Amino acid sequence: MAFVSSGYNPEKPLENRITDIGPRHYSDFLPPVIAKNKGKWLWHEIIEPGILMHKAESGDEVYTVRCGAARLLSVGMIREICDIADKFCGGHLRFTTRNNIEFMVGTLEEAKKLKEYLNSQKTSTGNYKFPVGGTGAGITNIVHTQGWVHCHTPATDASGTVKVVLDELFEEFQQMRLPAQVRIAMACCLNMCGAVHCSDIAILGYHRKPPIIDHEWLDNLCEIPLAVAACPVGAIRPTKKEIVTEKGETKTVNTVAIKTDRCMFCGNCYTMCPSLPLADKEGDGLVIMAGGKVSNRISNPKFSKVVVAFIPNEPPRWPTLAKTVRQILEAYAKDARKYERLGDWAERIGWERFFEKTGLEFSEHMIDDFRDPAYYTWRQTTNFKF
Amino acid sequence: MPKHETPLLDQLQSGPWPSFVTDIKEEAERRHKNERNVEFQVPVDVCDDLLGLLELSYNDGTTHWKHGGIVGVFGYGGGVIGRYCDQPEKFPGVAHFHTVRVAQPAGLYYTSEYLRQLCDIWEMRGSGLTNMHGSTGDIVLLGTTTPQLEEIFFELTHKMNTDLGGSGSNLRTPSCCLGESRCEWACYDTQELCYQMTMEYQDELHRPAFPYKFKFKFDGCPNCCVASIARSDMAFIGTWRDEIRIDQEAVAAYIGGELQPNAGAHSGRDWGPFDIQKEVIDLCPTECMWIEDGKLMINNRECTRCMHCINVMPRALRIGNDRGLSILVGAKAPILDGAQMGSLLVPFVKVEEPYDEIKEVIENIWEWWMEEGKNRERLGELIKRQGLAKAISVVGLKPMPQHVQEPRHNPYIFWKEEDVPGGWDRDIAEYRKHHQR
Repeated sequence: MAFVSSGYNPEKPLENRITDIGPRHYSDFLPPVIAKNKGKWLWHEIIEPGILMHKAESGDEVYTVRCGAARLLSVGMIREICDIADKFCGGHLRFTTRNNIEFMVGTLEEAKKLKEYLNSQKTSTGNYKFPVGGTGAGITNIVHTQGWVHCHTPATDASGTVKVVLDELFEEFQQMRLPAQVRIAMACCLNMCGAVHCSDIAILGYHRKPPIIDHEWLDNLCEIPLAVAACPVGAIRPTKKEIVTEKGETKTVNTVAIKTDRCMFCGNCYTMCPSLPLADKEGDGLVIMAGGKVSNRISNPKFSKVVVAFIPNEPPRWPTLAKTVRQILEAYAKDARKYERLGDWAERIGWERFFEKTGLEFSEHMIDDFRDPAYYTWRQTTNFKF
Repeated sequence: MPKHETPLLDQLQSGPWPSFVTDIKEEAERRHKNERNVEFQVPVDVCDDLLGLLELSYNDGTTHWKHGGIVGVFGYGGGVIGRYCDQPEKFPGVAHFHTVRVAQPAGLYYTSEYLRQLCDIWEMRGSGLTNMHGSTGDIVLLGTTTPQLEEIFFELTHKMNTDLGGSGSNLRTPSCCLGESRCEWACYDTQELCYQMTMEYQDELHRPAFPYKFKFKFDGCPNCCVASIARSDMAFIGTWRDEIRIDQEAVAAYIGGELQPNAGAHSGRDWGPFDIQKEVIDLCPTECMWIEDGKLMINNRECTRCMHCINVMPRALRIGNDRGLSILVGAKAPILDGAQMGSLLVPFVKVEEPYDEIKEVIENIWEWWMEEGKNRERLGELIKRQGLAKAISVVGLKPMPQHVQEPRHNPYIFWKEEDVPGGWDRDIAEYRKHHQR
């Protein structure tokens, strides 16, 4: 593994240095029909699951074939995707914000051929490589975060939980039989890099144990005032403590103390101070939130609500998680009206009926007790259902 | 033979959905075979060790990645996220496994040529594993070692004319929906505005000077496909202020059943024949539509542009011609103080080069936030702490009913001294002349 230089000279780091050039301009990448008709599209249609057609003022049509992919992609897989783009689409492709891949062609016939080709590509273990779907009143790819694959604060895995949920709901990805689109999102801790807090169904990893304090190292690895200031509920204070070190010496160290009954396990202290880890096999697990959306259509955008307070981590296939998501989706599919998003359905029937129809159990953990916003979620009327 | 047994992960190789485990295993094999004769610059068994470490996490129920670490490229404060595993002896291939965020092209269109160049760099100088894409939108290259960082940056800039994205307390890589490139509902060119703002604020993107992260997201219409309203400190959402354009013949075709409602999105189930009264007129949140003499009528003054009717009948109804965008501020996920939705700051602004009006809003907001924001305080939290009225005043706007869902419930109004005739200084002696102690 000899070191190969790219041309960068560490002795003269500023020599030939190029900085702040930003991304490539998008016009370098647009397929010709897209570049030609940009800003002049008239309407679109979903011809069948996974195939969209856009019509331009010029009369041009572009057919898009959308397929799912694991967000984590190897360069080998990306090269395969490039081969497909070369073979069918003149070397052009795009990704959607939900990690689907879109290939664009000029005719319906080509689109159908491409769909068939994509659906025929299987891995050595029999999974689809590029399942076509993710359009209209169905589910699309689940956006997610890093989880145990690459993150330092997760309470669960992300790629694995998403894989099992998409296996469970696979036919909904390839169909459009739901009352409206259902957006599922996954974030592996409360930090929510995936911002799942406005999804129809959100899968969220979270911790349930206060941090362990690594007293011997804390003062060396962290700024104590930063760790104290990081806590949004004021549960951390500086203190001194007599400890026995790893080497067996007794000494007094500067460290922190935590009021554990105040902790809501957000992990912000750990982000500021690596000597306060809180991940734990039994403590960590998942919460399911439901009823959020970002679209302004018919009703205002809304936050997802906690509907299952805890599901244990059950790697590798998280069966309770997959089953519970299915349960929510089935109840919604059966009961909601056409165009009604999951949250709008829950609000129309009332949350008491939501729990009844989905078969989920309501517990004290679903009654908000975090600061002012909690008050606005309690019922202040006698208009409730038995 | 795989380097590590992975009985738990192997169970994720079944089922129809694409398996990331299979993909990583196949990449591991390709690296060992090395049919392309790549001079690998990180350990050849990096993928094997990643699987081994992940299997350990599946057993232990916790992550094995250590906390951060300060690494990056010269002169930048963002774009690289340091990552080390906590079992380096067992898994030396991933002892150092830093992430590189690469600025993505607006709208996420690519040519295979560009992606192949990226693959070549990443196969040689990294793990060969990526995220397409990270949650903020960047191309994410997963796993390399410190000595490779400058080399990767050099190759990205010199060979691919591409830069790193943002991380840390700076402007995160702005992202947008695909906009006018392939959507009839885009009220402005999201790709171009996203690109221009990214270029304008490169310094803020690469050199942390903010209290915490700051996200721009650009949505072409109120459908909000990049979720700007929920997850960006500043959301630019396309809208219009004139009339929805109606093609009455197409309306008739929807009523007559020749055209499928909602662009065919509901074709997987028999919902019965399309009923314009039930499916459009009665669902309009402002009740501003009706049928008169067989024609669809809209009282546009009452319309709030929710998009439902346009979504249901894309061939009959089109967005207006007087287009621009609304700016909403302060959205964020729950850490630290709870989730916040974007709040309306600028109801309407035209999107015209050189975008001075938009830049003025951005820069005024930043100036306030950088002055007043506490460490790790998102803009939304500052707005909660100091009030929306303050945010409105720092951008020089006049408060108006559009800014609120409803007026305040409590009369605890913080009047300013200059608002009250005579000010706050009064003379107690003068007061006592008329009021005994």
